[in-house]
Amino acid sequence: MTIKDIFETMDYGPAPESPDQALDWIRNHDGRFGLFINGSFTTPRADFESRNPATGELLAQLTTANGDDVDEAVTAARRAFGPWARRSGHERARYLYALARLLQKNARLFAVLETLDNGKPIRESRDIDVPLAARHFYYHAGMAQLMESELPDRVPLGVAGQIIPWNFPLLMLSWKIAPAIAMGNTVVLKPAEYTSLSALLFAEICQQAGLPKGVVNIVTGAGDVGELIVAHEDIDKIAFTGSTEVGRRIREATAGSGKALTLELGGKSPYIVFEDADLDSAIEGLVDAIWFNQGQVCCAGSRLLVQEGIAEDFYTRLKARMSKLRVGDPLDKSIDIGTLVDPVQHETVSHMVAQGGAEGEVFHAPCQLPNQGCYYPPTLVTGLTPSAMLMQEEIFGPVLCATTFRTQAEALAIANNTRYGLAASIWSENLNRALDVAPQLVAGVVWVNAANLFDAAAGFGGMRESGFGREGGWEGLAAYTAPRLKQKNLKPIPPQSTPKDAHAGGLDRTAKMYIGGRQTRPDSGYSRAIWSAKGALLGHVGQGSRKDVRNAVEAARKAASGWASTSGALRAQILYYIGENLSARTDEFSRRINDLTGGKDGKREVETAISRLFTYAAWADKYDGRAHSVPIRGVALAMHQPVGVIAALSADEAPLLGLVSLMAPAIAMGNACVLAASEPFPLAATDFYQVLETSDVPAGVVNILTGQHADMAETMARHMDVDACWSFSSTDISGLVEHASASNLKRTWVNNARARDWYSSAGEGREFLMAATEVQNIWIPWGE
Amino acid sequence: MPSETKSVSARSGSVQLPQVHETRNAGQPLDMDWVMRAEANTSAINRRVGTLTGRRSLKKAHQAAWLLRAITMIDLTTLSGDDTPGRVRRLCAKARQPVRPDILQALGMEGQQITTGAICVYHEMVPTAVAALAGTAIPVAAVSTGFPAGLSPYRLRVAEIGESVKAGASEIDIVISRRHVLTGDWHALYDEVCEFRAACGDAHMKTILATGELGSLRNVARASLVCMMAGADFIKTSTGKESVNATLPVSLVMVRAIREYHARTGHRVGYKPAGGISKAKDALTYLALIKEELGDRWLRPDLFRFGASSLLGDIERQLEHHATGAYSASYRHAIG
Repeated sequence: MTIKDIFETMDYGPAPESPDQALDWIRNHDGRFGLFINGSFTTPRADFESRNPATGELLAQLTTANGDDVDEAVTAARRAFGPWARRSGHERARYLYALARLLQKNARLFAVLETLDNGKPIRESRDIDVPLAARHFYYHAGMAQLMESELPDRVPLGVAGQIIPWNFPLLMLSWKIAPAIAMGNTVVLKPAEYTSLSALLFAEICQQAGLPKGVVNIVTGAGDVGELIVAHEDIDKIAFTGSTEVGRRIREATAGSGKALTLELGGKSPYIVFEDADLDSAIEGLVDAIWFNQGQVCCAGSRLLVQEGIAEDFYTRLKARMSKLRVGDPLDKSIDIGTLVDPVQHETVSHMVAQGGAEGEVFHAPCQLPNQGCYYPPTLVTGLTPSAMLMQEEIFGPVLCATTFRTQAEALAIANNTRYGLAASIWSENLNRALDVAPQLVAGVVWVNAANLFDAAAGFGGMRESGFGREGGWEGLAAYTAPRLKQKNLKPIPPQSTPKDAHAGGLDRTAKMYIGGRQTRPDSGYSRAIWSAKGALLGHVGQGSRKDVRNAVEAARKAASGWASTSGALRAQILYYIGENLSARTDEFSRRINDLTGGKDGKREVETAISRLFTYAAWADKYDGRAHSVPIRGVALAMHQPVGVIAALSADEAPLLGLVSLMAPAIAMGNACVLAASEPFPLAATDFYQVLETSDVPAGVVNILTGQHADMAETMARHMDVDACWSFSSTDISGLVEHASASNLKRTWVNNARARDWYSSAGEGREFLMAATEVQNIWIPWGE
Repeated sequence: MPSETKSVSARSGSVQLPQVHETRNAGQPLDMDWVMRAEANTSAINRRVGTLTGRRSLKKAHQAAWLLRAITMIDLTTLSGDDTPGRVRRLCAKARQPVRPDILQALGMEGQQITTGAICVYHEMVPTAVAALAGTAIPVAAVSTGFPAGLSPYRLRVAEIGESVKAGASEIDIVISRRHVLTGDWHALYDEVCEFRAACGDAHMKTILATGELGSLRNVARASLVCMMAGADFIKTSTGKESVNATLPVSLVMVRAIREYHARTGHRVGYKPAGGISKAKDALTYLALIKEELGDRWLRPDLFRFGASSLLGDIERQLEHHATGAYSASYRHAIG
C-alpha cells in the first residue's frame, strides 16, 4: 500500500513486535529445556512440545518431570528451607528486589516470549502481565523486609508446591513465588504444559539474582506432574490456580495430609449495569472484562446483567463496539484479541457456544480472523435466562452471556445465583447503590465502575467454588505463614465408662439439641447416657444424625443474613451479655464440668470461657478491614465479611471452653453456626444453650448438636449450604472433613490430630477471626 | 435517516464543509430526558484514553499517511491581539502549501493538493484571509460571539456572526455561555445556540464549549448534546484561551455524544479539539480515538478539525524524517 492509498483508507497497517530476541533465547538453549532444580537445569529430554498457538509452530522441546525429578526438587527445596527461613527479612528482601529489577530489565523479552507461547496480545503482556509481575516482587520484597516487625508471631510453612495455569503464566508465577519466598518458604513450581517458557526464563533470572540454590525449583510437565507434587509427602503447602474441577481433586487428594491448601479456581463473574451508569464506559469496561486475554481469565466479567429499561440500547452499542475489536497476530501492537491458547481450548469454547447458544441469540462480532491459529471471534449471547447453561458454566473464552433484571434486589439475586464467587463489577453513577450492592455480592473482588483491576497490594481470591485463600496484600501472607504454635498430639478422649452398678439418682434429665432457638429432640430418637467420673448418671443426650445437622444448617442459613447485617457493636453487646449470664452461673457450670471430666479445673474453665466471650465482644467491632494503597485514583477496601454458615466440631477436652472458643469468634464476625458439642462431655454445651436463650442471641445464630463427631462431621462437611467446617475434635476426622469439603469447596480448618491449649493465647485471637471472615476487596475508583 | 453521504466531487468549492456532503444537522427540540440521562464516569474515561496509545500503533507509511491526513484537518489558527493583515496573509500562504513539495514528492503525494482544513481568525482578519485564499477550497473560519469569554451583549454577539458571514467567513466558531451550563440552565443554552445557528445562515457553526470551564465531564457530555440539538455543525472543545484546553478525556466524552446523536438522529456532527495539541504523536492519538469511537467517516475535514497553530510544524518534521530517514529540524520548514 502506498502512502497515497493509506491516505484514503486510513487503515492502521501492521505494527509487529519482533520475535527475534525471544527466538534467539530459545535457540541459545538449542530449543530444549530441562528442569530447574537446586539452582541448575537438568539435562533436557524431548518429552513434550511447546507451540505458538498463533501459528502452530514449534517453539521448544520440554522435559516432563518424573517421580525422581520431583523428589529431587522437593529435596532441594527442603534443604534450602531452613537456611532461607533463618535469613533476616532484609536479606530475603534484597533477593526479591533483585528479581523485580531483573524482571524489569528483561521486560521486553518476557513479554514477547509470553505472547509467543500463550497467544495473548503483546499489548497485554507488555503493559499488564510483565509490569504486574515485577510489581508483585517489589511489593513482596517489602513484605520480607517488614515480616519480623509486623508479623512477629508467624512462621513460614516450609516447602510449597505451586501449580499455575496457562492464562497468565508469568504473572501467576509471581503471585505464587513472591509471597512464598518473601515469608521464608521455598518452592517447587509447575507451570502449565502449554506455557512453560516464561517460567524457565524466570529460572535463569533466579540464577542471575544469585538466589540460593533450591529456594525456587521449577518442574515442567502436564497434570500428572502436578499430581506428583500434590501427593508428595515432604511438601507442606499446595497452592493451585486453575479449574474448579482440578481444584476439587486436589482438595480430596490433600485431605488429611496436613498440607495447607489455597485454591484460586474458576468463576462466572457478574457484570452488573444499572440504568444510571455511564453506558459507554460500561461497554468499554466489558472490553477489559471479557475480551481481555481472549476471555481466558478466571475473573472475567462473563455474565452481563443489564437493567431491563436500557438493555436494548446497551446491546446495540455493545455490538457496535465489538465490531471495532481487532483480532489477529498477537505480536501486532494494534491487536485487541489474540488467539486462544490451544486447539483444545478452541474446540471447548466452540462446542459450548454451539451447544448453549440456542437458548439465546448469538452475535459473533464481524471481525476479520486470520486464516490459521486458534482465533475465536468476540461473541455476545443475549436473551439468556439464569438457568441457561451458558449463564451457569464457565466458558473461559471471549464469550459474553447476557440477561436482564428489573430491580437492584433482582440483580443481586441473579448475580449470586452461581456456584462461583470470584469477582464482580458494578456500574452505576450512584455511589449509594454501588456501595450497597458491593458487600452483598458473593465475590472476593468487586470492582465499582471498572473491571479487572489488579495490584499486589490488594488481595485476590474467591468465595464458594472459586476457591479459598487470597493472593496479594497483607491478607495474602496468610497463605504462606502459620501462627507460631506449640502443639502436642491429641489422642481420642473417651466418655466416662458406664459403671457396673449404674444407679440413676434424682429426676431424669434429657438434654435436647438446640436448633433455631428451640430445644429439639433428636430426629433419630436415640439417646445416650452420660456418666460422671464417679459413676453417677448425669443425664441423657440425643444422638445427632444427618437430619439434625440438616435442620440446624437450615436454621443457621435462615438467621445468617440478618445476623451478618447487624452492627459489630450490637454483636459485642450480645457477647458481653452471654458472658454476664454465664458468670452468674459459674458455680453450676464449674460443677458440671468437674463431674463430666472428673477433673478440678471446672471453675478455671468457666472463667476462661467468660474471658473468651469478652475477647470476641472486644473484637466484634474492632477487626477492621484495610484501605489498600493501590495505584489508582481511588481505594481498594479490604472488608472483613462473615463466611456465612460455619459448622464446627468442638474440642472434646474442654467441654465449655472448646465450644465457646469456636462460637464466639464465629458470631462476633457475623456468622451463624452449627456446633457439635464435646462428644464425651456434651452436657456443658447443652446447659449453655440456656445461657444463650437468656442473652438475646437471635434464633438460629447458634445451634448446638450432640452426638458422635465422626457421623456429624461427614454430613456437615458435605453439606452444600455450609460455608466453612472446622474440627477440633479429638476423634481424628481431619481427613474426613477435608475430603468431604470438596463437595462445595467450603473452607476447612482442622486440628490434624494436634491438641491446642485452649487456655492460652493459642485458643483465641486473629487466627480465629481470620477463619471466621472472608476478605472482600472492593475497588472504588473516584474522580469527577 | 437523512440521505447518506453525497458523492464527493473534485475539490471545487468548500469541500471541507459538512453541509457539502452531509445533510446538515437540522437540530431537534431540546430533549431534557436525553440530556439528563447522559453520564460520564471520569475514572473509566481516563482508563480508556490512558490505554489508547498502547492499543493502537502506527508505523512507517501508515504513520506518514495519517500525518498527511491530519494536516488536511488542521484549522490553521491565529487569534492574537497583534494579528495584522501581513501575518494573516503569511498564514494563508502556509495553509495553501503546508508541506514542502519535495517532501510530498518523496512520499508519493505530489499533485494531491494537500492544504490545511481551514484558516481560523478573528472577525477583523476575515476579508484579508478570504482574499488571500481566493482560488483555493480552503474555508475561512471566524471566531465569534464575543470570543473567547462570550460575555459581550447578547445582541452584539448575534450581530457579530452576521458581520463575519457577510465578510466571507464560511465557518463560524461561536462560544457558548458557560454560565448556562454551570447553573444547569439547559434551556437557555439551547435557545442561545439555536439563535446563533440561525444567524450563521449557510455558514457552518462550530460550537465552542470551553470544556476547561465546565466543571465536570458530565457537564461536557450534556452541553455537547444540547448544542447538537440546537443545530451545531461541529462541537469544539476550547477557545485555546482557557487554562485547560483539549484533552483526551474531554474528547472521548464529546465524540461519544456525537456518536449517540448520530445513532438517534442520523446526523453526523463534526468534532474539533482545540488548544494544546502540538505534537504529531498527539495528533495520531486523536485520530485513533476518532477512528475507534466514531469511525473512518469522521477522518475527513468536513467532520474533524484540529484547532492548532504549532502542530503543523512538528508534523512537517516527522514527514521529512519519513522521506529521508534523517531526523529533521524546524528551520528547514517554511513558517506561516
